[in-house]
Amino acid sequence: MSANRLIAIARKEMIQVRRDPRSLFLALLMPILQMMMLGYGLNLDARHIAVYAYDQEGSQQSQALLKHFQASSYFDLVTTVSSYRQLTGAIDSDRCQLAIVIPYDFSKSLREGGAAKVQAIVDGSDDNTANLAIGYARAVIGEYSAGLQLQWLARQLGASANHAPPIAIEARTWFNEQLESRNFIIPGIIALVLAMVGAMLTSLTIAREWERGTMEQLISTPVTSREVMLGKILPYFAIGMADAALCLVLAVAWFHVPFRGTILSLFASTALFLVVVLGIGFMISAAIKDQLGASMIALLVTLLPTSMLSGYAFPIDQMPGAVQILSYIVYSRYYVTILKSIFLKGVGLSALAGPTAAMTVYAFAIGYVAMHAFRKSLE
Amino acid sequence: MLGRIWQILIKEMIQLRRDRGARFRLLIPPLIQLIVFGYAATFEVNHVSTAVLDFDHSQESRELVSRFTGSGRFDLAALPGARTDARALIDRSRVSLTLQIDPQFAQQLRKGETAPVQVILDGTNSNTALISLGYVGQIAREFASDYQIDRMRRVAPSYLSQLPSVQMVERPWYNPGLNSHWFFIPGIIGSITLLTIVNLTSFAVVREREIGTLEQIMVTPLRPLELIVGKTIPFFIIGLLLVILIALVGILWFGVPFRGNPLVMLFGTGLFLISILAVGLLISTTCSTQQQAFASGFFYLTPTFTLSGFAFPISGMPKVMQWLTYLNPLRYYIVVLRGVFLKGTGLAILWPQMVAMTLLGLALLMLCVLRFRMSLD
Repeated sequence: MSANRLIAIARKEMIQVRRDPRSLFLALLMPILQMMMLGYGLNLDARHIAVYAYDQEGSQQSQALLKHFQASSYFDLVTTVSSYRQLTGAIDSDRCQLAIVIPYDFSKSLREGGAAKVQAIVDGSDDNTANLAIGYARAVIGEYSAGLQLQWLARQLGASANHAPPIAIEARTWFNEQLESRNFIIPGIIALVLAMVGAMLTSLTIAREWERGTMEQLISTPVTSREVMLGKILPYFAIGMADAALCLVLAVAWFHVPFRGTILSLFASTALFLVVVLGIGFMISAAIKDQLGASMIALLVTLLPTSMLSGYAFPIDQMPGAVQILSYIVYSRYYVTILKSIFLKGVGLSALAGPTAAMTVYAFAIGYVAMHAFRKSLE
Repeated sequence: MLGRIWQILIKEMIQLRRDRGARFRLLIPPLIQLIVFGYAATFEVNHVSTAVLDFDHSQESRELVSRFTGSGRFDLAALPGARTDARALIDRSRVSLTLQIDPQFAQQLRKGETAPVQVILDGTNSNTALISLGYVGQIAREFASDYQIDRMRRVAPSYLSQLPSVQMVERPWYNPGLNSHWFFIPGIIGSITLLTIVNLTSFAVVREREIGTLEQIMVTPLRPLELIVGKTIPFFIIGLLLVILIALVGILWFGVPFRGNPLVMLFGTGLFLISILAVGLLISTTCSTQQQAFASGFFYLTPTFTLSGFAFPISGMPKVMQWLTYLNPLRYYIVVLRGVFLKGTGLAILWPQMVAMTLLGLALLMLCVLRFRMSLD
C-alpha cells in the first residue's frame, strides 16, 4: 500500500465532498435535527392523560373519587358527561384516552359493604399509553379504596385495631432517577445519526463513479483496491467523528443528559462503529452499480436495523425469542448498549467487555471484507 | 397532452422493466421491514428480569415474592445473597429490578405496622421502568388488601362482609388485549410507504439530470406538468400496490383486525400518496446529484417519522412541535389507518384528515410544478 496514493484518493474524495456543500451541510445538520426532534418530540411518559368522567350517581362520594383523579398529575379531568354516547364519541375522535364511569349505586354499595365497581374505559389503540393509564388509574382507585377501608375500620373497631397500611413500597430508580424518556433515548440517537450519515455518504461513492463514467479513469490508475477503500472512507470517517462530537455536546450541554463515563471510551467505541457502518456502506456501493439501488439497500442494512433492533427505543428483552437472536447480528445493538452504559451508568469499556469485543470483531471483519470488495475491473 | 403523458408513462415502465433489481428492491425491503418491525416494535412489558433479596425467609415474604413471579410480569432471574451482589447485577444489566424484603417483614406485618419493601429499578429505559413500577404498585396493593382481609377474618369475621372497597374494571376498547402489534402495524404501513415512495421519487428527476438524459427530455415538446404527471403515475400505482400488499400481510400474518371500509383506506391512501409524491419530486427538482437527493430525502423523512405519532404520542410533545405535526401528511394518514383498522371509523369521523391531506397535496403539487418550471429554464 502506498501512502501517497491513499492520500491522493482521500483528497479527491474530499474535494468531491467540498464541491457538494449541500450533502456535507446536511450530514452535519443531521445530528442537530435528530437530537432536537427526538429530544423534544419523544416523550413516552404519558402525563396529563385526558380523562372524561361519566358520573351516573353524582353523590358526594363519587365526586370525592373524581377529585382524586383531578389531583393526580397524570390525569387531566377534562369534563363530566351525562351519557355513554358522549363517551363513545370522545374516544372515537381521540378527545380522551380514558373514561371513568361511576355507577348509579356507587355510594349505596359502599354503605352496604362489598365492592363498588368503577369502569375505566381506555382507548387501547395506543397500547403503551393505555397501559400507563390503566396503571395510574389503578393506583388512584386503589389508594382511594384503601383510604376508605382504613376509615371504616377506625369507625368500627375503634382504637383497638391497628390501621396502618400493611406494606409500603419504597422504590428507587437508578441511572435515570427522574425516569425521563429523554435520558433513555438520546444516547441511542448517536448510533442512529451515525448509521444514517454513514449510509448516506458512503453507499453512493462507488456507484457514483460507475454512473458518471469516471470508473474507467479510476481503474486506469495504479491505485490498489485497498487504497481505494481506505481513501474513500477516511473523509467520511472524519465527518462521522465530527457528528458524534456534535451529538455529545448537544446531549450534555443542551439536553442535560448525564454523562458519567469517559470521553475516551465513547470515541473508541464510536470509531469501531464508524468502521462498521462505513465499511458496509462501501461494500454496498461496490456491489450495486446504480445509485438508487445502492441507496435502498443501504437503508435496509444500516438505518432500519439500527432503529428497530438496536434497543435504542424498543427494549430487546421484550421481543420474541427469534427476533432477539436476530438482534445479536445487528452491530448497532452492541454500540447502543455501550452508549447507554457510558452515558447513564458511567462504566468503562472494561465492564463492557462483551459488547466491546463484539464491536471490535465486527469492525475488523467488515474492514477486511470491504478492503477486498472493490475489484478493479470493468465487468 | 394525454398522448405525451402516455409516452412518458411507457418510457418509465420500460425503464422499470429493464431494471431487474428494481422489482426485487421494491418488494423485499418493505416486507422485511414490516415483519421485523412488526415483531420488534413493542412497548409491552412482560418478564422483567428480577433479583430477589429475601432476608426474612418467612411465609409472608415468600407469599409476596410468589405474587411477583406468578404475575407473568416479573421473572426471577437471580437470588443474590448480599445487597452488593444485587447492585452489581443491575450495573451489568443482568436484572432490571431488585426486590428487597428486610428481616423483620413478617414480624412487622403481624404487629400491624407498615412493613417496607424496597424496590430498585434500572431507569435506563424509562418507559419499561415506569410500566414496571405500575405493576409493582398493583401487586403490592393486592397483597396488602388480601392481607388485611385475612387479618379481619381472624380478628373480626362478622365485619368482613361489610368492608367497603372500590374495584376498577378496565375496558380497553378497540384493542382488548392491549397488543402492541395492533398499535404499530397501521403506523408501519404508513411509514414504509413514505420511505419507499419518497426515496424512489426523489431520485426520479435528478437521476435523468445526472445521467444526462434530462436534456433529451427538454428538447421534446413535453410540458413540465405532463412530465410530472407521467413520472408520478407509475409511482402512484406502485404505492397503492405496496399499501395493499403490506396491509394484507399485517392482517393475515399479524392478525391485526380490519374493522372499517377498505374504500375509505384506499381513498386516504390516494390522498397521502399525492402529498408524498409531490414531496419526493420537489426534492428531486431541487437537487443536482443523487447523493444530494438521498441526503435531502433523509432530512425530510426523519422529522416526518418523529412528528407523525407513529410511535411517540403527539400529545406528549411541546406545543411548537404539535403545531408542526399539522404540516405532516403522515400524521393524518396514520390517524386514518388506525381509525380504519382498529376503530372501524368511516368518513363521518375521518373527514378532517382527508381534507387536510387534500389541501397539503394540492399545495405541494403546485409548489412542485412551479419549481419544475424554474429548474428547466
